[in-house]
Amino acid sequence: MADTAALDAAPIAASLPENRDDKALQRKIFVGLAVLLIVAPTVLYPVYLMKVLCFALFALAFNLLLGYGGLLSFGHAAYFGMASYLSAYSAKVLGLTPELAILTGTATAALLGLVFGALAIRRQGIYFSMITLALAQMAFFFALQAKFTGGEDGIQAVPRGALFGAFRLDDDRAMYALVAVVFFLGMLAIYRIIHSPFGQVLKAIRDNESRAISLGYRVNQYKLAVFVLSATLAGLAGSTKAIVFQLASLTDVHWSMSGEVVLMTLVGGMGTVFGPIVGALVIVSMETYLAQFGAWVTVIQGCVFVLCVLLFREGVVGLIARTLHKPL
Amino acid sequence: MMTIFGVPTQALFGQLLLGLINGSFYAILSLGLAIIFGLLNIINFAHGALYMMGAFVAWMLLTYLGLGYWLALGLAPLAVGVFGVILERVLIARLYKLDHLYGLLLTFGLALIIQGLFRNEYGVSGLPYAIPAELSGGQRLPFMFLPNYRAWVVVASLTVCLATWLVIEKTKLGAYLRAATENPTLVQAFGVNVPLFLTLTYGFGVALAGFAGVLAAPIYSVNPNMGADIIIVVFAVVVIGGMGSIIGSVITGFALGLVEGLTKVFYPEASSTVIFVIMVVVLLVKPAGLFGRTA
Repeated sequence: MADTAALDAAPIAASLPENRDDKALQRKIFVGLAVLLIVAPTVLYPVYLMKVLCFALFALAFNLLLGYGGLLSFGHAAYFGMASYLSAYSAKVLGLTPELAILTGTATAALLGLVFGALAIRRQGIYFSMITLALAQMAFFFALQAKFTGGEDGIQAVPRGALFGAFRLDDDRAMYALVAVVFFLGMLAIYRIIHSPFGQVLKAIRDNESRAISLGYRVNQYKLAVFVLSATLAGLAGSTKAIVFQLASLTDVHWSMSGEVVLMTLVGGMGTVFGPIVGALVIVSMETYLAQFGAWVTVIQGCVFVLCVLLFREGVVGLIARTLHKPL
Repeated sequence: MMTIFGVPTQALFGQLLLGLINGSFYAILSLGLAIIFGLLNIINFAHGALYMMGAFVAWMLLTYLGLGYWLALGLAPLAVGVFGVILERVLIARLYKLDHLYGLLLTFGLALIIQGLFRNEYGVSGLPYAIPAELSGGQRLPFMFLPNYRAWVVVASLTVCLATWLVIEKTKLGAYLRAATENPTLVQAFGVNVPLFLTLTYGFGVALAGFAGVLAAPIYSVNPNMGADIIIVVFAVVVIGGMGSIIGSVITGFALGLVEGLTKVFYPEASSTVIFVIMVVVLLVKPAGLFGRTA
């Protein structure tokens, strides 16, 4: 077998070095995003926005693992989908309030991420991707056969309920406010993780695992930690989505969902802070506006994949960042 | 009626045979994946889609041109192989200098395109493909009824796997291939056209998938989703076996097919997940895979 380390000529995502000015720029973008989140529902349809935000958080969580950990999981639908099942189940059958339902779903994803992650990090590179995909397929079959998931029907008519038992979420604008807050907090958490000492070690492992080991870092513990964090945040996105759309279904655990989140991250820019948001916006919009073409959406997604890999590996935000010489 | 562990022998051996059939497909597909990965360092996500394409080419040859099964058995893999050569030349060859994750992403995109196109054209209900007349009927064995076609699938896939192994292990061509897998730069310095080798290897690997598709056509209905369902299981098979050994991936493929068949008899609920569970156990006990070498 060829020496794989020698072939890694181009790293997945090489972050540009950051200085104080760049951090200030990123802060400005955060403020801008917050303003956008507040203004957007006056212009755009809130349900569409909520879909974008849920997928954006999902893609951000995925990018934490791929862009900063260098680990390509092809099974992130498992955490997103199982969390959405548990969230829907606890809201509908157990009658929990939405925040508790979302927490239940998120905790499930964290636990699942811990188990699957511990298994997957036993192998590197391409095997890691295949293992995560296979484990996610196992989760899919579980969701298909288990009683509580409702099989092909999924869990339908999930009540949105009242936040903390006090604020009704039936109105789309109220629901939007919650989703926007969840999204923003999730994004802040990811930003914090990336820029913490932990995040620095992660990037070191991504760029050169052997060197990180020789420097005395327990690489596997870092990998597992970032895997669990990523799965947890993906679960947060999935749980929230179940409450918003009042539905948890097999679509969310299917491997094509894992592919979709990869695509969002690729389009937006792997290893960029804001790329996945742009990617989610592009892909969700594409699906919404191309829905009339039915099955052609898959073909178009495939073409986007191929074109991105061949011609546009840095993604939208990656390209902007390179043009501006600023990490975004 | 004879029974073993309370299960009628007829049912037991029937499921074991079905397991062996599935195992044949796992073996051929994981063999192709292993050969491609060995030389190109790319995990060919489109492998399942090309397997599906093999079945569809056989169906098209019969429906549009009236060419029967035996011709399809030669022509369909050839068509899939040529298609693979074009894919490799036009698209995949551009990625060799990059991280191999990009190869996975590219071939995933290709799989989506191929599956999507067939789904748009032929729907998802599946098209029937008749068993060739020479192989219809079956043998009545003392313990079970053995359909001729199923016996043929097992024999044909074993033959193809063994032939591939012989070519790679015992011929000069195979020696070049193994050398290029170990050290492409050095082999190229000896005057071997390595890029041509890469192209042909990819073509051959996917032709194997096309061959499996033709074998599968009369057993399962020809369906655009047949590749997507099997490829993830084959990935698990590859993780269990490790891709270091040709014969290893063949044995693992057949063995896991049998295990799956047995599970269908004794605990049907777990039959779709048993291979993944075995993968988990192997990862815990022997992370490099049963036949794998630790990197």
